[in-house]
Amino acid sequence: MIRLDPALSQKLVRWVLVSLTALTVSILVFIITYVLLKGLPVLGWEFLSTGAVDAGRGGGIFPFIVSTVFITVVALAIATPLGVGTAIYLTEYTRETAATRVVRFAAECLAGIPSIILGLFGFITFVLFLKLGWSILSGGLTLAIMVLPTIIRTSEEAIIAVPQNRRDVSTSLGGTRWQTVTRVVLPGALPGIVTGIMLSVGRCIGETAAVIFTAGSALGTPTSIFASGRTLAVHFYILATETDAFGMAYGTAAALIIAILTINTLAYWMMHRIMRKYS
Amino acid sequence: MEKLIEKGLLVIAYSSIAILFIITFFIFKEGLPFIFREGLGTILGGVEWRPTKGEFGILPMVVGSLLVTGGALVIGVPLGLSCAVFLVEFSKPKVRRILKPAIELLAGIPSVVYGFLGVILLVPLIRVHLGGPGLSLLAGSIILGIMILPTIISISIDVLEAVPQSYREGSIALGATTTQTVSMVVLKAARSGIVTAVILGMGRAIGETMAVIMVTGNAVAFPGSILDSIRTLTSNIGIELAYASGDHQEALFATGVVLFVMIMVLNLVASMTRKKRIR
Repeated sequence: MIRLDPALSQKLVRWVLVSLTALTVSILVFIITYVLLKGLPVLGWEFLSTGAVDAGRGGGIFPFIVSTVFITVVALAIATPLGVGTAIYLTEYTRETAATRVVRFAAECLAGIPSIILGLFGFITFVLFLKLGWSILSGGLTLAIMVLPTIIRTSEEAIIAVPQNRRDVSTSLGGTRWQTVTRVVLPGALPGIVTGIMLSVGRCIGETAAVIFTAGSALGTPTSIFASGRTLAVHFYILATETDAFGMAYGTAAALIIAILTINTLAYWMMHRIMRKYS
Repeated sequence: MEKLIEKGLLVIAYSSIAILFIITFFIFKEGLPFIFREGLGTILGGVEWRPTKGEFGILPMVVGSLLVTGGALVIGVPLGLSCAVFLVEFSKPKVRRILKPAIELLAGIPSVVYGFLGVILLVPLIRVHLGGPGLSLLAGSIILGIMILPTIISISIDVLEAVPQSYREGSIALGATTTQTVSMVVLKAARSGIVTAVILGMGRAIGETMAVIMVTGNAVAFPGSILDSIRTLTSNIGIELAYASGDHQEALFATGVVLFVMIMVLNLVASMTRKKRIR
């Protein structure tokens, strides 16, 4: 092996790392800028407030915004109590035992299941077995399973970060465990829990594989949770693969990216503030 | 009341295990009878996929999934790891504070958007400059490689930051340069954590569906070169589930079972390397 002069190799490595980092960052920046540049001109009030014409080649995306909001609300209405409840149980009601490790392992496995498998599961269970059909409810239930691990993990971290002495004060004043949880622990952990919920909202909005087989792709505005609805991501996928209406596709992609990045930025900003508060 | 709440939380906590169990049950219930009927060997070893004529070989899809995941790692791991090493070891803390959240935000970009940009920008580039149909193993590997970057970078940064500062100081005190310190001390100490990051990136790549369907061409055949079209296990489900019925639908669930088992093995390995690290 050739021995390089350490000072030279230091310069060389630094240079290689700088250029690879610059490449990575510029790829990622390029993706966002490109979609926004192409999509923003399409994205006007007209586009946001009208229904699709000719399978999405014309018109707007209003029904799909409604479907996306419905499905996300259903998913989080189910996943939030389950996830936060699990986190409270794991952190406040038990010590670390074999049983809690099994629960954590199950949550980890659940997090690793690909969304297409969840779509397959939702299709056979909610759509066919429970006869819910292609509907907002089937899609919402499937997405609830998808985001459950995220909500459990972020809530757990938020609850653990609440200082122990606050619990001690509550207990010494005669507070029961549940009173301590609801009046001391949860208020302190709330920003962290909300961060987890917001990250989950971002994932629900961007998901395609798990919803296309459970919520279907009806073009109309859904009138109840038992109606089929096409989310923005599904609409974008169909536009991109089955039509040549690329202008409309860019508009939809820009709407998706703006929504997700706004929600995620807010979530990270909150997380940052919490971390500063406790460290 | 307190007792009741505790019981309720216990039920909620165990529901996440129940959900994992139910998912496994339903996927296997639909897929396993078919696997037993046709024989695991004929499905896993079969090279012909003609679901309407009763031929259900998924070997080309297994190979396709493995190849595109391997390709994604070849692109994503060096880029992601260099980026993480640069940000933790070579850059100013201020740069890391800005770039890390920015890169993590990009994990929220929907996979359909990556797929669409792949079709619009990358596929024509490959077709014109390298030949072949453009929709190829190479296109899939590049797109997936970019998609797993945020996962790999973000976990690697956490792992590198967790290496005690005294290790670095010890190495520098012995006269080593930063480069030597990183390659001989820091990366060795962080090895198992980086393996976890790679496995999680791998899980994301192997489970991705929509982007892969859009850019790989989906031909059921063994690719002769990286410019040939491939089909993955996930694409197989994603493309055909919408219109499959009877044996065909069961065959797709069998595909799901194979994918599910692959992911669970990966999860187990990831969780084992994590435990080793904590010890």
